Formats: sequence, structure tokens, C-alpha cells
Amino acid sequence: MSLLGEMGQKAFDLSVPISVHLDVTYRCNERCVHCYLDHDDHGEMTTAEIKDVLDQLADAGVFFLIFSGGEVFLRRDFFELLEHARRLLFNVKIKTNAVMIREAAQRIRALGVDTIQVSVYSHRPEVHDTITKLPGSFKRTLAAIRFLRDQGLKVTIANVLMTSNLGDQYHLQKLAAELGVHYTLDPTITPMMDGDTSVLSLRIPGEELKEVFRNPALVPNMEEFCAPPKPPSEDDLESYSCSAAHSFCYISPYGDVFPCVQFPLPSGNLRRQKFLDIWNHSPQLKEVRSIKAKDLTVCSSCTHVSSCTRCPGLAYLEGSMRGPSSADCEKSFYRTGVPTANMLRNGPATAPVRGLVQIRPASAES
Amino acid sequence: MAETYIARSSAIAARMLADEMMVMNSLDSTFFSLNEVATAIWQAADGRTPLREIVENQVCEQFDVDPQQAQADAEQFVAELSQHGILLVADHPWPEPQPQEKP
Repeated sequence: MSLLGEMGQKAFDLSVPISVHLDVTYRCNERCVHCYLDHDDHGEMTTAEIKDVLDQLADAGVFFLIFSGGEVFLRRDFFELLEHARRLLFNVKIKTNAVMIREAAQRIRALGVDTIQVSVYSHRPEVHDTITKLPGSFKRTLAAIRFLRDQGLKVTIANVLMTSNLGDQYHLQKLAAELGVHYTLDPTITPMMDGDTSVLSLRIPGEELKEVFRNPALVPNMEEFCAPPKPPSEDDLESYSCSAAHSFCYISPYGDVFPCVQFPLPSGNLRRQKFLDIWNHSPQLKEVRSIKAKDLTVCSSCTHVSSCTRCPGLAYLEGSMRGPSSADCEKSFYRTGVPTANMLRNGPATAPVRGLVQIRPASAES
Repeated sequence: MAETYIARSSAIAARMLADEMMVMNSLDSTFFSLNEVATAIWQAADGRTPLREIVENQVCEQFDVDPQQAQADAEQFVAELSQHGILLVADHPWPEPQPQEKP
């Protein structure tokens, strides 16, 4: 295990929130067809409130800070927040569409930001602009990526795979290589925050997922990745799902704290409570933190339990944080060809919903 | 003998995790975990205090170490971190105090 991995495990074991994702706004200058957010401002935290939250996060031991949104640069005070975060010595990653970044690239670099993740959906301008619903966005985003790269910043192109851009992922990966930036591919489409599931129609078919899993350009350890699951050991059954509520959490622009971006279980609000009070004493976070693989209602008896990337947040969205996430069942199935306990229980008539996966291609690992 | 002055780079991120200091350079993603003694030196790297004084006041007084060995270890530690751009080294103090946020 790498030193960084060891520190992550130590934070997990000690329940230290080593990493936090903070959305500073839900407002956005793009209207991406697959976005799960409501882009109105319902009362974002003020500059002073966010600075206070950052102070609290530093005191709580947060090291990795992700600034995201919405579009972070729509906040006029974003650089003030960024400067404050860097004074507090966070390792900062920014997620942006980069449309508004020009000369700001120099300032970002000077502040010692670690990584800029930029959303790009295709190598074809017309496809990207149709997804973002912002004419000219591809051209502006690509220009910004070049600015950022030329400043010596680490840039990652993040692509969301959906029906609208299926087939473009390899061309975009090639474009990223030509630009000299990293590339990630994520076929995750989640329901809207208000529960609207209409966007799920954008998910790619499972058979296409299978193709993605078996592409060595995207999955470097493909044979191991797609191997049939090994029987779970006792240690596997004593393990936890992921870092949500253990060493990671999510904070909304309104100060709401959740176990994860993808786990909409309200666990406290920073306008009424201190961060550490929520982190240490929230009944919701404590409950999430308590769940081991052996406690899962269906998955504890599943042959995939030791290797499945079951997301407790998606399971929660399906009805129970201890239940299966059928999207991850689909992922395990198309990855290995072996049906999951949930699929066998439900029978062939109830095929799992289309998948949600997180993969990182070879080019991003270098 | 010329003094050595050390200051933290503005490109680094740092935080205490239990008894260890995590330090990461955003430029090349190098990651270090510092023990208690190294953390004491790193925290005192204000760009204005000579390394010799830091070792005397922050290391020898707080830890049970041989002064000569402590100075040698500190110089080696500073050389290693400066190679990765995490500490800046000079033979004169910086004109302005360096930022002193406690990680």
C-alpha cells in the first residue's frame, strides 16, 4: 500500500474526515442534460459562513478539499474562498466546466491548487455543446484547458458516458492524451435531487457497459477486473462499504452535511451546528458508519460481496442503505458475467436498472 | 559558519493526522508523512529563524536527542524536503515573515 493509501486507511480507522467535497453553489452557466442539480439559489452560504466552515474543517483534520458545484466560478467570492482554503493548507481540487477561466489560470496556479477537473463530453463540439446546452462551450472549455495546462496545472478531463455521447469516449481519451492531460470516464447517471428519474433514460445499455469494462485502453488490469468473484472471507464480511461517513463527507451550498455527494441522507446543518458536532454525533452518520458487509440484507450472502463496489448511497436511494444497489449489481454482472444474489432473488423478470460505475482508465494512472 | 534558513513552499498542503504530519506538494504530488521531530522542524520553518536555533529550541529541548546528531538529522531532513520543493532553503532570512497557519 502506498504511503498515501496508508494515511487514508489510518483516517478511516480513526474516523477522521480526511476528505470533504464542498459545493459552493448549485448555480451553473451550463444546463447539462444529465445533471442532477436544481440550479436555483435557495440561500447559499455567505463568504463569511464558508470561511468559517473551512476553518472548522481544517480543525477537524480535513486534508483533501474538493470545491465543486454548480459552476464554482459563478461565485464572485470564489477566489477569496480559494485563498482562504490555501492559507489553511488544504490540498485543493476544483471541479469546473472551465468556460469562465482565462487569465484566472495564472492565479489558480499561484495559489497552489492541486488539480483542476474539467467536464468535457465529446471530441466533437456539436455533441459537447448539445449536452451542455451552451453554444460555444466546447471551444471555450478546450481553450481554458490549454491555458491551465500551460500554467503547469494538473488537469483532468472528466467525461460522463451516456447515450448522447456513446462511442466518443475513445476519441476524447485520445484528445486528452494529445493535450497532455489526464482523462476519466464515468458512466454514472443519477436521479435528480428532487427524485425525478427521467434523466436515467440517458444511461447506456448494460451490453455497452460490458464493452467498456473489456476495453484495455480504459481498464488496464482488465483480466483481473473482470475475473469471477472469489468467495468472501470472514474479514470481507467484517469490512465496510466505502469511505462515506468514515473519512469523507459532502457539504451542500446551504450548509447541509451528507455522508457523500451520492448519499442524500441529511445529517446536520452547519448554520445550526458545528462541523465536528455533526461528524461525531449525528445519528445518521453514526448509522452509516456502523454498517458492515455482514449486516447487509441481501448482499451479505452474495458471491460478489468482497469485490462489488456497492454504493450505500444508491442503495439508500433504492429504499435501504443496508439493501442492494441494483445499479452496482448490474456492474458486477456485466463485469464478471456472474449474476448477483439480488438478481437471482428477483429472478430474470426484474432485470437491474442500468448501471452506475466509476472507472479510471490507464492514461489517468500515470 | 553561515546560517541556514528554511521556509515552507506556498505550493504545499499539510495537516496533522493523529501524531503524524501529512505534507503534499501540489506541483509534483509528492507526499510525505513527518514524525514528531520532523513536524516540529517543519512547523518552525518561518523563513527567519536559523535552522540551528530551531534544532536547539524545538528539537533538543522537547526530545531526548544528542544535539550533534539532531543537527545532522535536521540538515538531512531539510535537504530531502527541499529537493521536492516542500521546504525552501537560503543562507539569509526571508524579508517578510512566512504564513504561519497551523495545519
